[in-house]
Amino acid sequence: MSKYGGWSVKIGTPKEIFEGEDRVAMTPASVKDLQKLGFDCVIETGAGTKAGFSDQTYVDAGAEVVKTAAALFKAADIVAKVRPPEETEIKRLREGQTLISFFYPSQNEKLMEAANKKGATVIAMDMVPRISRAQKMDALSSMANIAGYRAVIEAGNNFGRFFTGQVTAAGKVPPAKVLVVGAGVAGLAAIGTATSLGAITYAFDVRPEVAEQVESMGAEFVFLDFEEDQQDGSATGGYAAVSSPEFAAAQLAKFREIAPDMDIVITTALIPGRDAPELWTKDMVESMKPGSVIVDLAAERGGNCKLTVKDEKIVTDNGVTIIGYTDFPSRMAAQSSTLYATNIRHMMTDLTPEKDGQVNHNMEDDVIRGATATHKGEITFPPPPPKVQAIAAQPRKEPPKELTPEEKRAQELAEFKQQTRNQVTLLVVGAVLLLAVGWVAPPSFMQHFIVFVLAVFVGFQVIWGVAHSLHTPLMAVTNAISSIIILGALTQIGSGSFLVIVLAALAVFMTGINIFGGFLVTRRMLAMFQKS
Amino acid sequence: MEIGFTTAAYVVAAVLFILSLGGLSNQESAKRAVWYGIAGMALAVCATLIGPGSGFWLLSVILIAAGGIIGYQLATKVQMTQMPELVAAMHSLVGLAAVFVGLIAHIQIGNVATGDPATFGAFAQLIAKKSAVEINILRVELFLGIFIGAITFTGSVIAYGKLAGKVDSAAKKLPGGHMLNAGAAILSLVCLVWYFNSGAFLPLLLMTLAALFIGYHLIMGIGGADMPVVVSMLNSYSGWAAAAIGFSLGNDLLIVVGALVGSSGAILSYIMCKAMNRSFISVILGGFGGPAGEQMAVEGEQVAIDADGVATALNEADSVIIIPGYGMAVAQAQSAVAELVRKLRAQGKNVRFAIHPVAGRLPGHMNVLLAEAKVPYDIVMEMDEINDDFPDTDVAIVIGSNDIVNPAAQDDPNSPIAGMPVLECWKAKQVFVSKRGQGTGYSGIENPLFFKDNTRMFYGDAKASLDTLLPKID
Repeated sequence: MSKYGGWSVKIGTPKEIFEGEDRVAMTPASVKDLQKLGFDCVIETGAGTKAGFSDQTYVDAGAEVVKTAAALFKAADIVAKVRPPEETEIKRLREGQTLISFFYPSQNEKLMEAANKKGATVIAMDMVPRISRAQKMDALSSMANIAGYRAVIEAGNNFGRFFTGQVTAAGKVPPAKVLVVGAGVAGLAAIGTATSLGAITYAFDVRPEVAEQVESMGAEFVFLDFEEDQQDGSATGGYAAVSSPEFAAAQLAKFREIAPDMDIVITTALIPGRDAPELWTKDMVESMKPGSVIVDLAAERGGNCKLTVKDEKIVTDNGVTIIGYTDFPSRMAAQSSTLYATNIRHMMTDLTPEKDGQVNHNMEDDVIRGATATHKGEITFPPPPPKVQAIAAQPRKEPPKELTPEEKRAQELAEFKQQTRNQVTLLVVGAVLLLAVGWVAPPSFMQHFIVFVLAVFVGFQVIWGVAHSLHTPLMAVTNAISSIIILGALTQIGSGSFLVIVLAALAVFMTGINIFGGFLVTRRMLAMFQKS
Repeated sequence: MEIGFTTAAYVVAAVLFILSLGGLSNQESAKRAVWYGIAGMALAVCATLIGPGSGFWLLSVILIAAGGIIGYQLATKVQMTQMPELVAAMHSLVGLAAVFVGLIAHIQIGNVATGDPATFGAFAQLIAKKSAVEINILRVELFLGIFIGAITFTGSVIAYGKLAGKVDSAAKKLPGGHMLNAGAAILSLVCLVWYFNSGAFLPLLLMTLAALFIGYHLIMGIGGADMPVVVSMLNSYSGWAAAAIGFSLGNDLLIVVGALVGSSGAILSYIMCKAMNRSFISVILGGFGGPAGEQMAVEGEQVAIDADGVATALNEADSVIIIPGYGMAVAQAQSAVAELVRKLRAQGKNVRFAIHPVAGRLPGHMNVLLAEAKVPYDIVMEMDEINDDFPDTDVAIVIGSNDIVNPAAQDDPNSPIAGMPVLECWKAKQVFVSKRGQGTGYSGIENPLFFKDNTRMFYGDAKASLDTLLPKID
């Protein structure tokens, strides 16, 4: 059945050995889904305990539980884990084995070489290209989402007030003001969480095209008074690019202006492969009110605020709490494990297009190619740029200008004048035409013509009032009454000539169908319209 | 009976007809209004039967009764999804009747010229009193009546064929395209001059053939989704034909009613064109214009979802907007949709419908279908009423619509439908699109809605999909 000697392919997940890591790369739910793809699952005992999944739940889902990590690496053809492998884990890899985890190949070159020497294939979940098709396996995004959510919760934990404004018997509580810097996945998640807790949320990003997303989440986008050629987000894979010094200065000036008003600041600004830019300076922290909270999600790369201490919570002299934790996803291990395991499962789905438990490592596929760091004894990092580009920059939309009352009045006046002009023109043209007709036509014609013009006029006035929903009945009823042409036939039918009688009879017959059909079907339709 | 009585009856009938149209301004008064129309018609026909000029009234009554039976059968048997066909078919009858009555008038002029007016009834006597100028005007009037009537006839027959699926609904033109139409129109004009001068039958016949051709070829060249405009236009034409005949017969009631119907159709056409952001001329000349430049490429993928996923989202949603389109009519899914709405409303959710003016194949088509399925009309909204509510909506369900929910109309200035007002359903938190497969809509334009992050495609026949969905809603 399998290229691994008749056994079906096994996916195994060891216990994470990194200190403080609570997540696990396989959940009972993902075990079931992986089995549907034709894989067998194996897991190290206790791997899911910290995330809330006992060994028994894995067994119930159909996975095999092994006692040690060594046994697991031996049993599994594919090893799925969360953190990049440690040296001991690399040593356990063997030829033909596949490792799927966060790997950060650009920073872990030695590790990559070591894995390559072992002949193992490494799929780095952090290298999944940011294209729409790959969103379902974009583990960075799912982890960032959790980080953004947790950042707000963590901030709330250290913030001594409500998020939402309340008027209570004991007095009025103002709503908290939250500023989110960087509207990536984490930023947007933070915005959504903060607004749903009731805070007044502001957000900033160097990419003005995300303003719409920010506003759709319920936050207010902080615009800079700064004009610069717009950067195309797609050129950098959907991430922000480095901004110019002038722009950076304008940005800091804006932050300095709003800093004293903010109760909670969440910074998420990171540019791939660089140290975190400094966005929240010491003087801004000093200008904030005591009790305010800063959560620096960029702490891992030095922090957007220079006072941030990685992995720690500090309180400044003026009473501002700065949180520099880097393990937000791990602090919500049950949720993050579920999402990460689903990302892994989606990756496996793409790797087994036939759903027969056979891995087809298709290096032509943009997503698989992009995520693969080593394959068949070769280092395949860095991948070529993907063929499909990420989100394109959208033309910047000017926010609609608020009109002053004077402008509004002027506009209304102009509209009124325009309408009057149109109407008068129409009337004049109509009258002239009518007079011209009257000049040449005989009086007997004019008599009918006046009736005609008046009827058209009445028709226009009446029909504009018809409800849109009744347009079909309107057509049916006009159809029925246009059969009034029957009068023409009826007045002629008795006029003697045989041909006339035949034609008239036919016309009477046809219009007869129309009159009855039209009215009856209208009645039938109208009877169906019911109020609730 | 005296002429005075007939005229009085006509005045009353005209007032009744105006009230009948005016009453359609809302659903409740409309139920009364249709009776005004019926009374007006009955009054007009009775007054004519007993008035001057008619004869063979037994024959007339029998013919009307026979026609009435057929009409009754049609009206009671027709399915609401077939309304567009029925309306088109009935237009063709009016057109043909106009042609016949026009021919009669022509024959009568001939009769008067050759024989004794007294033997040919009241109309002949009327003609006999006319001066030469008046006769000439009469000729122009009946010529116009026949011309418009003939176009209405073949046009409506083709429109019927397209709507009923008996004629391929794609836009088709004979080689030569609009030049043929223009040629036929010029021929008609030549015939008019000829007929004006000679009063002979040949130019009238030639013109009738040319007009029949124009009607056929014009409508053949217009595609399925433009049908709302076409049907309204034909509606308008049938009115103008009646008015022209009214002129030639000197019958004011015909003129009044013709003008009412004509302007009603014209307004409907205008509303439809505006809803597609296209000029009347461009619709009539058929087809969408070529794109003005390179269209924005659509990125991403269409993500499918199954009934369980849709059911979960619907069970969790508080507000739902449903956008039906022609696809719902084709799949006969309206009662399944109504059942879904009943279930959701029973849970206290805010469920509404958003109707685009050109949804379906007839103005107001969707409203009638939903009314048939017993959806209360006060939750069925027009585009302008509901478009601002999408950002606050949890789930938008698109059933069998495509171009009317295409965001390219707003985002892509190069799109062929750029500027067309569309329902902004993509602003809802989640959008489900019930659709047969991955194809494009009538206009052949790729729809970026299907590729949006918050859109999920619910593939399959609309009715079958809804039937699997219904038991899962609790």
